[in-house]
Amino acid sequence: MFRILVKKPLGENVSLFEIEAPRVARRHRAGQFVMVRPHASSERIPLTIADVDRDAGTITLVVQAVGKTTIEMTEEFGEGDSFANVAGPLGNPTHIVIPGKPEDFRGTVACVAGGIGAAPMLPIARAFREAGHEVVTVLGARRKDLLVFEDRLGEASHELRVCTDDGSHGQKGFVTDALKNAIEDRRSRGGDIHLAIAIGPPLMMKFCSKTTEPYGVPTLVSLNTIMVDGTGMCGGCRVMVDGVARYVCVDGPEFDGHRVDFDGMMRRQAMYKPEEAASLARYREQKHTCRLEAPAAASEAEA
Amino acid sequence: MSDEKRTNPSPGELEARIESRGALTPRQRGQLPKIFWAEQDPAERVKNIREVPFAYTAVQARAEAVRCLSCKNEPCVTGCPVGVDVPGFLKLVAEGDFRGAIRLIKETNLLPAICGRVCPQESQCQENCMVAKVHKDLGFAVSVGKIEAFLADWEREVGGVELPEVGAPTGRRVAIIGAGPSGLTCAGDLRRFGHEAVVFEAFHKAGGVLVYGIPEFRLPKSIVQAEVDNLSKMGVRFEFDTIVGQTFTVDDLFEEGFDAVYVATGAGLPYFVNVPGEDLNGVYSANEYLTRANLMGAYRFPEEDTPVLRRDRVAVLGGGNVAMDAARSALRLGASKVYLVYRRSRAEMPARVEEVHHAEQEGVEFRMLCAPVEILGESDGWVRALKVQRCELGEPDDKGRRRPVPIEGAYEELPVEIVIEAIGNGPNPLIPKTTAGLTTTRHGTLVVDENTMMTTRKGVFAGGDIVAGASTVILAMGHGRKAAAAIDVYLRAEAPKSASAPQTFLT
Repeated sequence: MFRILVKKPLGENVSLFEIEAPRVARRHRAGQFVMVRPHASSERIPLTIADVDRDAGTITLVVQAVGKTTIEMTEEFGEGDSFANVAGPLGNPTHIVIPGKPEDFRGTVACVAGGIGAAPMLPIARAFREAGHEVVTVLGARRKDLLVFEDRLGEASHELRVCTDDGSHGQKGFVTDALKNAIEDRRSRGGDIHLAIAIGPPLMMKFCSKTTEPYGVPTLVSLNTIMVDGTGMCGGCRVMVDGVARYVCVDGPEFDGHRVDFDGMMRRQAMYKPEEAASLARYREQKHTCRLEAPAAASEAEA
Repeated sequence: MSDEKRTNPSPGELEARIESRGALTPRQRGQLPKIFWAEQDPAERVKNIREVPFAYTAVQARAEAVRCLSCKNEPCVTGCPVGVDVPGFLKLVAEGDFRGAIRLIKETNLLPAICGRVCPQESQCQENCMVAKVHKDLGFAVSVGKIEAFLADWEREVGGVELPEVGAPTGRRVAIIGAGPSGLTCAGDLRRFGHEAVVFEAFHKAGGVLVYGIPEFRLPKSIVQAEVDNLSKMGVRFEFDTIVGQTFTVDDLFEEGFDAVYVATGAGLPYFVNVPGEDLNGVYSANEYLTRANLMGAYRFPEEDTPVLRRDRVAVLGGGNVAMDAARSALRLGASKVYLVYRRSRAEMPARVEEVHHAEQEGVEFRMLCAPVEILGESDGWVRALKVQRCELGEPDDKGRRRPVPIEGAYEELPVEIVIEAIGNGPNPLIPKTTAGLTTTRHGTLVVDENTMMTTRKGVFAGGDIVAGASTVILAMGHGRKAAAAIDVYLRAEAPKSASAPQTFLT
């Protein structure tokens, strides 16, 4: 069992979990993920590792409550509880180099994080900074309440640009605008963005890749698709990259954003939409019944 | 064999056969009618996931065992990958000594409840059975598999399981990677030799293909769990959620004080045909489809959270056991039409005869000599049809199977909403990729010494599908057993390590 040592809300529907998983913590490198099965009837879902504490043997996961499993994790699991299974670290670590440049080249990396993409971005930004690269982070969300890890990313980066769609915090606008500005700023000053990394919702990663393409800036995206095992056994996570089926779990999770078929990926992500909705509705209904029964039980106990 | 040839002797006739067994000449024995087991009715069983054949009763098992001729040359023993003493245990069964019979089987086969159900008996022990030759019908061979399953069930449910004796502790530790049939067998035997055995498993449950792949209706999971529980009682330790190569490496295991490693990671990587349309919604590898349904319990969705698509029309590609499992699972998940699309003819199908028979009874429509050429989709990205090209059989290939040759212009579209590809699996590359000193073949399997199952790296042994490629449960078990014996010899020859190394990640 994998005990939850810390749980705290990070923003609207977003929770941070620090979990006892010493084996994972010991081996984790930036960019890797774990498969989590919260309890014995749960699905196995992939979650990218946001942070680790090797000495304490803990890993940090940031979970956005969007479907039955993640809502259940957020609502039903607290400090002291345990998740049934946490397996990893899985996937390939981020290659901390500038593509197409010699290994010893040091340049500027734009880390573009959308929503809770900020969490998996944190170890990557740190790793590039520690390796001697300049890190410019663009952090964006629809509105202020959905921004996470602003402080941690600020510490990990040389420069942090924050934006919200509605202007409730930082610059008003999309991360793509901020990314474009960052590239043009650097170029106007004789510098460059040598690599962009985008992590966030599929649509955001798609448009970040479209933004960098005309500038010829190599762009990595970190994909989070539907998986069962996370070790290459099921093929459910496959995504077309340059017309070839690649497995996110063992070939990724990072791919060249200019070659990923995002539309196909988003279509596959919606494959179980009716089942997911039914599962969530059932959960809500059961929870509602529990609530109705609980006060009665409580008053009986008092009497 | 055809169903009409099945007869059912009355209970009185069975008793009489058992009584008179000593007086029967071999000729008379050979001509005794085969005892057929009962099965769930096809129309009923596709509505549930319970096991299809019912077990023999004790009387049926004894009467069937009487048919054995105890041939001198023992073609059944030769046909068994682990050399089970078939005539020996059948004789004990005929006498009613079930305890003696199960003991005899377990000398060579640790998991008879499983092998009795999933071994391809018709191409192993039953293939050259003399009784079948007398009847001129392979279907009339002595039912070795069914009797074996009966004995194991009898032991578990009636007689009480006798656990193999655990050897005196040697202080040596062996890491087994993968809790499938090969790893489980190896772990059990290592305990008999007195070594410590720790099994590392990536999934949250032990059993490997026995739990994620083979469906409940063919191998009840309670049987697998009972075997795993027995191993735990023998002192085998299981460590789940550990992906060796990712969570830690083989080198880490040696550093942590393990004296030997057995790699039994299987052939879990699904192949796809590589035709256009495979990224459409509704296309599965059989691995994914079966893992969702079996291991993750999607049969019971929404009680279990993991879903699997339920649609009316399904096509399964392939002709092996996995294809049969997927096709029959699709029926149980509500499909009204399931096509089984295979490039060759029925004679070349690698599936167990019983599975083919069951699939056919249940209404799976076989489309032989059809090669998939494209999966066609609706504009919304969901599968709408499978386009196939009809083939004819040409010259035999290097394995002696006649090659399918596509007929020009002979295309057909099968209207389906799900396509499940069951055309084979490759070895898992994770251990070879992350372990120095291992040599692989061009197929990605590990090279081992045939006698010891030791890889090209000292102290690292391997067996099962990671060595044989996609093979059978019994062969994987045979490897596990052979490797355990070799590991025992290896450990006894090696000087013990000075002190046990500190354990930092195995606590």
